[in-house]
Amino acid sequence: MGPASRQVPSAGSALLEFRKVSAHYGRARSGVRLGRLGGSIPTSHEHDLESAVLKDVDLVVRLGECVGIVGESGSGKTTLGKCIVGLMPISSGELSFMGAVVGKPGRAASLPRVNGVQMVYQDPYSALNPKRTVGSTLREILAVHRLCPRSQVGERAEELLEAVGLSADVMKRRPRSLSGGMCQRVAIARALAFSPAVLVADEIVSALDASVQAQVLNLIADTLAAGKLSVVFVTHDLAVVNQVCDRVIVLHRGVVVESGTPAEILRNPADPYTQSLIEAVPELAGDVWQR
Amino acid sequence: MAAVTVSGSTSLGRRLGRVLRRRLLQVIPTLAGVSLVTFVLVRLLPGGPVQTLVGVRATPASIAAVSRQLGLSRPLIDQYISYLSQLGHGNLGYSFLTGTSVTSIVATHLVVTLELIALAVILALLAGIPLATLAAYRRSGWEDQVVRATTVATLGVPSFWLGILLITYLGLRLNWFPSGGNGSGFFGGLDHLFLPALTLALTFLAVVVRSLRASVSDILRTDHVDAARLKGISRLRVLSRHILRVASLPVVALVGLNMSYLLGTSVIVENVFALPGMGQQLVSAILQRDFLVVQGITLVFGLIVILISIAVDLVQAALDPRSAG
Repeated sequence: MGPASRQVPSAGSALLEFRKVSAHYGRARSGVRLGRLGGSIPTSHEHDLESAVLKDVDLVVRLGECVGIVGESGSGKTTLGKCIVGLMPISSGELSFMGAVVGKPGRAASLPRVNGVQMVYQDPYSALNPKRTVGSTLREILAVHRLCPRSQVGERAEELLEAVGLSADVMKRRPRSLSGGMCQRVAIARALAFSPAVLVADEIVSALDASVQAQVLNLIADTLAAGKLSVVFVTHDLAVVNQVCDRVIVLHRGVVVESGTPAEILRNPADPYTQSLIEAVPELAGDVWQR
Repeated sequence: MAAVTVSGSTSLGRRLGRVLRRRLLQVIPTLAGVSLVTFVLVRLLPGGPVQTLVGVRATPASIAAVSRQLGLSRPLIDQYISYLSQLGHGNLGYSFLTGTSVTSIVATHLVVTLELIALAVILALLAGIPLATLAAYRRSGWEDQVVRATTVATLGVPSFWLGILLITYLGLRLNWFPSGGNGSGFFGGLDHLFLPALTLALTFLAVVVRSLRASVSDILRTDHVDAARLKGISRLRVLSRHILRVASLPVVALVGLNMSYLLGTSVIVENVFALPGMGQQLVSAILQRDFLVVQGITLVFGLIVILISIAVDLVQAALDPRSAG
């Protein structure tokens, strides 16, 4: 199912929903394996949770909103993003997209959702195929999924680049010859080619310098303002969360410890872990941030 | 954009020109070194072409006469200088035993060796690419362990013994392929070339598989492969366009850099399978102490290795500006 045939949900309705989702790296545990005897002894859900990267996570993303996922390294932020786009199977719980269940234990999310959910990565150079020009990266998506008539593929690719503030000159260039900020814009253009309903932005500004960070954040803000896209903004940077997110959830060792608006979370953190995250940022600890 | 393209292509041209100039300047001294080492080594061997020509019952006078005739009675330094002078005119000299020009011997037999190496590389890649990809996808799984153990085993087996095994089982017992010699016509040639090429390919397979497996494993962990999967394109397309195409470059360089290994092993394989290539000529010339043929073939082998290493340097300089130096 391509974007053209996707149903458009009404404003404020739940696009993406996680219900008690857990995930493990490697084999999803469903019990103690019995080796040569075959089969396994079922173990308790509590026992499985001990080794999980995500533990009973509940999350709702509504149309047009930006949800921030914050936490320290290893807290499960990127795993959550991978579960959303279907790059990683969940071990328990349920994922629904636009009201339909698309992810169940033991399998990654199905292809129809893939076209409705895209991801932009932390390292802009690693996220683009080094052997392909920007033009061929964009044209591949448009041509394979027939997102526009064949004769208009080049024109549409140029439009996508224009939408992220890049000129058509970039089409013939390879990632190596672009700056980090330009690569990140190309990666965003690639994700937007599908007209996704949800964009998972995984630490997309942490590898960029301050001025380029501002440009990319403005681009995300502009895209959100158009109202056709929701963003799951994965970051460890609370200042960025305060700038772009409508709601925030705080992850600690795979568990959601707190959720609310950035103002609520940053001014009155209820959980000691959130307090320690805020105290680690001097500007926030001094309550400089005003939304 | 035009300015960007022009300046980009000019800087690429300059970079390649710089690498080419530097490497071409190294060609002459390297070949001179190869010629000197070979010249000295063949003369250190007991016996010589005169003994082969005149036989064991020859008188000292006839030995001296033949030596004079072949120019072997002159001081070694004189012989080497006149050899270098010949090389300067593009003349590799003549066989002491048959009088045939070394250039024509090389021209006749080089093509067989190149065909053998080309087919061996094709076979190694045909088997190596799927095996390495499987091992990388199932990293640390039993498939990975089996592929790694098998390829390391083929690396550990001496090529002459592997050749004898293949002749015994596939050639003589099963009668699937000719066990030696050279065939006529394209298919006949291919038929005769298959077992020697398979022997060479199996000894080279481990190098291809280990390098490509590491390369594919690294690329599988990069975000652009995840992004390609998210494009919703087929798995085959992700593998061919986004993984193997990126992973293949180090392997191409590896094949180039291992050309000396392939040429060296081809000498043994050609002799096991009685394949009339340069390797067989080289061994025959060494046994008969046909100095100029040995020197000529070694020099051509050296030239092939140098040219391929220059080609690899140029490709790497084109793709990675840092390697241009």
